[in-house]
Amino acid sequence: MNISAVRKILLRSLLLLPVVAVTALWAANPDELATLRKSDIAVDTEPQRMPEVENKDVKRTRNYPMQPPTIPHKIDNYTVNLNANKCLSCHDRTLTEQSQAPMVSVTHFMNRDGNFLAQVSPRRYFCNQCHVTQVDAKPLVDNDFQDVDSLLTKPE
Amino acid sequence: MIKWVKKTWKIAARPSVHYSLGFLTLGGFIAGVIFWGGFNTALEATNSEAFCTGCHEMEDNVFQELKTTIHYTNRSGVRATCPDCHVPHEWTNKIARKMQASKEVWGTIFGTINTREKFLEKRLELAQHEWSRLKANNSLECRNCHDLDYMDFTVQSARAEQAHSTFLASGEKTCIDCHKGIAHHLPDMEGVEGWSASAQQN
Repeated sequence: MNISAVRKILLRSLLLLPVVAVTALWAANPDELATLRKSDIAVDTEPQRMPEVENKDVKRTRNYPMQPPTIPHKIDNYTVNLNANKCLSCHDRTLTEQSQAPMVSVTHFMNRDGNFLAQVSPRRYFCNQCHVTQVDAKPLVDNDFQDVDSLLTKPE
Repeated sequence: MIKWVKKTWKIAARPSVHYSLGFLTLGGFIAGVIFWGGFNTALEATNSEAFCTGCHEMEDNVFQELKTTIHYTNRSGVRATCPDCHVPHEWTNKIARKMQASKEVWGTIFGTINTREKFLEKRLELAQHEWSRLKANNSLECRNCHDLDYMDFTVQSARAEQAHSTFLASGEKTCIDCHKGIAHHLPDMEGVEGWSASAQQN
C-alpha cells in the first residue's frame, strides 16, 4: 500500500467523523431520541391494551376535501380479495338501496385516463388501501395539523 | 324368490326347539342394547372434529380457515365444531345427512379434492351445496345456537339491529343470505346474490 492510498483512506474516515460523533452522542442520551419506545431496548415491557374500533356508524368530518372518509364501523373479517369484496356488498351502486349505505364515489369508477367504467375500477378495488377504521385511543404522537378553514380565518 | 321367502317365514314362525323363551327374549334384549349402543357410539365418533379433520382435505383447507374466525376463538370460549354447523342435530335429518356423506367417503378414497388446486376448483360447487342446504332448512344449524327470539337488539350495533329486526324477523331473509364466508374463505362470488359484480371484472 503506498502513501497516497493511506492518505485517501484517512481523509475519507475524517469525512465520517461527524456521523460517528452524533451517533455517540445519541447513544449517550437515549432519552432525547424521538421514539415511541419509552423504555430500554433490552427491557420487555407490557404491551398496551388493544383499543376498540369505533362502531358508531356516524360520519366523521374530513380534514381536507380530498381525504378518503374513515370507516365509522367495524370491519372484522370482511373479505376483500380476488373472489369477493364484502365492503361492496353494501357500498356498491346496485346494493345501496337495500343497505342505505353511501355509494362509493364516482371517482372509484374512473380509470387513470379519467374514463368511467361500468364497475369499480381495479385500481380502486382494495378499499383498505385508503379507507381505515378509527380506534378510541390517545394519539401516540402530537399533531399540529390545522384545518384550511381555520388558516383562512386566522388573523394576520 | 317366493320359495325363499316362504322357507324363511316357516323357520321364523316355528316355535324354538332348543332355546328357552327366557333366553330368546332376554338375549334379544341384551343384543339389541349392544347393537344400538354400538351403532350410536360409532355414529357419534364420526360426528367429531377429530374425525372430520382426520382427512387432510379437511385439515389443510377448511379447518385452517375456520381457525381465524370467531366460531373457533372468541372472548367467551364457546366454539362451534364442524358437525355443529354441517350435520343436523335432529335424528332423522342426521341419518339422512350421514347417508349423503357416503359421497364424501367416495371422494376421499378416489382423491376428488386431494390437492389444493382441485379443492379450489371445486370450492364454489361445495359452497353452493352448503348454502342451498342452509337456505332450504332456514339456517337451522345457525339457529341451533343463535335464536332470533332471544337476540337483544339493544346490544347489537345499529346496522346489525336494523337488518335483524327487518329482514330476519320478517322471514324475508335467513342467516346464510347475508352471512356467507363467516367460517371459511369464499369462492369466486360472481353472480351470487348480494355480492358486488365488481370482483369479477378485476
